[in-house]
Amino acid sequence: MPLLVSRVCSVSVISTSALTKQYPRVTALDQLTVDVEPGVVGLVGANGAGKSTLIKILLGLADATSGSAQMLGKNVVTEGSDLRERVGYMPEHDCLPPDLSATEFVVHMARMSGLPASAARERTADTLRHVGLYEERYRPIGGYSTGMKQRVKLAQALVHDPAIVLLDEPTNGLDPIGRDEMLALIRRIHTEFGISVLVTSHLLGELERICDHVVVIDGGRLLRSSATDEFTRVTRLLAVEVIEPLDREVDAVAALVEAGLRVTIEGRVLMVEIIDGDLDGAVDVVRDTVVAHGLGLSRMEQGRHRMTEIFSDEASS
Amino acid sequence: MSTFPRTATESTGADVIHDIGYRPYTGERLGRGYATRSLFVHSARGAYGLSRSAISKVLPMLLFAAVCLPALIIVAVVIMAEMDEMPFEFTDYVIFVVAVPAIFVAAQAPQLLSKDLRFATVPLYFSRPLTRSDYVRAKFAAMTVATFVLLATPLVILYVGALLAELPFGEHTEEFLGSLVGAVAFSLLLAGLSLVIASVTPRRGLGVAAIITVLMVSYGFASTLQGIAEDSGDAAGHTAAGWFGLLSPFTLADGVQSWLTGTEVAGITGPPGTAGGVVFLLVFIGSIGACYGLLVRRYRRL
Repeated sequence: MPLLVSRVCSVSVISTSALTKQYPRVTALDQLTVDVEPGVVGLVGANGAGKSTLIKILLGLADATSGSAQMLGKNVVTEGSDLRERVGYMPEHDCLPPDLSATEFVVHMARMSGLPASAARERTADTLRHVGLYEERYRPIGGYSTGMKQRVKLAQALVHDPAIVLLDEPTNGLDPIGRDEMLALIRRIHTEFGISVLVTSHLLGELERICDHVVVIDGGRLLRSSATDEFTRVTRLLAVEVIEPLDREVDAVAALVEAGLRVTIEGRVLMVEIIDGDLDGAVDVVRDTVVAHGLGLSRMEQGRHRMTEIFSDEASS
Repeated sequence: MSTFPRTATESTGADVIHDIGYRPYTGERLGRGYATRSLFVHSARGAYGLSRSAISKVLPMLLFAAVCLPALIIVAVVIMAEMDEMPFEFTDYVIFVVAVPAIFVAAQAPQLLSKDLRFATVPLYFSRPLTRSDYVRAKFAAMTVATFVLLATPLVILYVGALLAELPFGEHTEEFLGSLVGAVAFSLLLAGLSLVIASVTPRRGLGVAAIITVLMVSYGFASTLQGIAEDSGDAAGHTAAGWFGLLSPFTLADGVQSWLTGTEVAGITGPPGTAGGVVFLLVFIGSIGACYGLLVRRYRRL
C-alpha cells in the first residue's frame, strides 16, 4: 500500500463564485459557484456544458465575464503567473509538435514551468517513466500511437510536480485497454504522487471508477456536486430482460415492487432499482421472481447511469 | 538520495526492475522571467537549427555561409592586393547582400511561430507562468538576435580583415561601430515584420512566401520609385527619391542607419535633410512598436 502524503491542505483547491462566461452568442458558464476539494474530482457534462471553458478560465487562457475563481487559494487573474507554476494542464486537443521526441518536448515544457535545465532533464526522465513511456521517448512524437501521445500530454502536465493537474478529456480517442490504463494512471496521480486532479469527461461511468467527488454541470450551471458514492448509490440499477408473455410480466413487476424494489419498464427491459439492501440480494430476488412467474430470463446486467439519465432525473426532480 | 522512495518493489531476483516510486520536486522554481529567457534562448538557437534535426540546420547554415563568403573574399582580396582602402563602406554591406537576410527571416520567422500555432502548442505555454506578452517578447528578441548575428558576423570579418590589412584603425573602428548600429536597425525591423506576417498563418509555407514577397516586392518598388525620381535630375526629384525610401523596410532601415551614423546610404538616396532623418527615425520606431503591438494583440485572442 503506497504511503499517501497529501501535499495540499484540506481546504478547497478550486473555488469559483458566480463565475460567468458570456460569448457573443452563448453563455458558456452561468453563475457557476462550486468548491472542489483535494483528491480526484470529476467534472462531468455533455459536450458544450462548459467544462473546457471552466478549465480555461482557471488557467487564465480565457477571461471570465463576471464572477471570480480561485485555485490553490490564489486568484486566477491577479495571481495567475505564480499560481501556474504549480498547476499542470493536459488539453483535450492535440498539442504536440511531431518533429520533437517526447524527451525534448517535455524537457522544454519543464523549463517553461520554471525548472532549471538539469532538474528539467531529471524530472522528464522520471515523469516519462511514470506515465509508461520507455525506449520510444527518444523517437519523434509524429510516429506515436494515440495512447502514447496522451501519455506525453500527461507527462508535460506533471513534469514540474504541480499541486493540481487539470485533465481535459484524457481518455478521448483511446481504445478500451488504453482507457483503463489511463484511468488507473490518473488515480495514481493522486494516491501515489499526492497531486490533486480535476478530470473532465462526458462519461460518468468512467469517472465513477476513479473519482472521490463528481461535479456535474450542464449549460454552464451546476447541476450537482457530491461524493462519488452518492452517485453509485443511484446507479445501483439492474437491467432485466425477460421473454414474454406480457401478462406474467406485469405480475412479476408487482412481485418485485412488493419485495421492496422500484421497477420501471423501458420497452422490453425492466429497470430494477435497488433502494436498500445489497446488490446480490436483489439479484437473487429478481431471479427467483422471474422463475416463479414462469418467465424466461434472457439478460440481467448492472445498469449504468448515463449522463442523459442524470440530466433527465435532475430536471424532473 | 535525499528523498526516500514512497514505494519500492522488493527485490527477489537479479532481473527485477526497481520502482523507486514518485519523488516530489523540492528544488527551486525559477518562475516567469527564467521561463521567458529560456524560451528566448531556445528560439534563437532554433532559428539556426541548433538542438534541432540535422535537416533544419541546412538552410540557416547555408545562408550564414552565403552572407559571410563575400566578406571573406573581399578581405582576402584587400590583404593580398595590399589595397589601401576597403572597396566599400561597412554600412553598405547589408544592402549588398540584401536577399540573404530576407530569405533568412522569411524561412525562420514562421519556424519560430507557425509551429506552435499549427500544432496548438500555444495553450501549453500560456497555462504556464509566462504571459502572452512574455511569449511575444521572447520570440521577438530571439528573431532579432538571430538576424543580428547573421548581419554582424560578416561585418566583424570585414573589420578584422581591415585591421589585418593594416588599414587606419580609428576610421575603420568608427565605421564598424556605425555598421553595427545599422545591423541592429535592420534586425529589429526585419524581425518585427516577419513575425507579424508569420503569426497570421499556422501554415509555414504560406508564411515563408508572404514574408519574402512583402520584403522583396516592397524593396523593388521603393528602389524603382527612387530611381525614377532621381533620374529626373532636379532637386525636387532628389527630395522625392529620399522620401520614397520610407516605402520598404530595407530602404527605411538603410536611411535610419545613414542618418544616425552620418554615412551615405547604400541604396539610391537617403532621407532628405534633418527633417527627413527625424521622420525616418520616427517611422522606424513606430513600425517596430506597431509590429510588437500587433503581435501582442494577435496572441491575446488565442
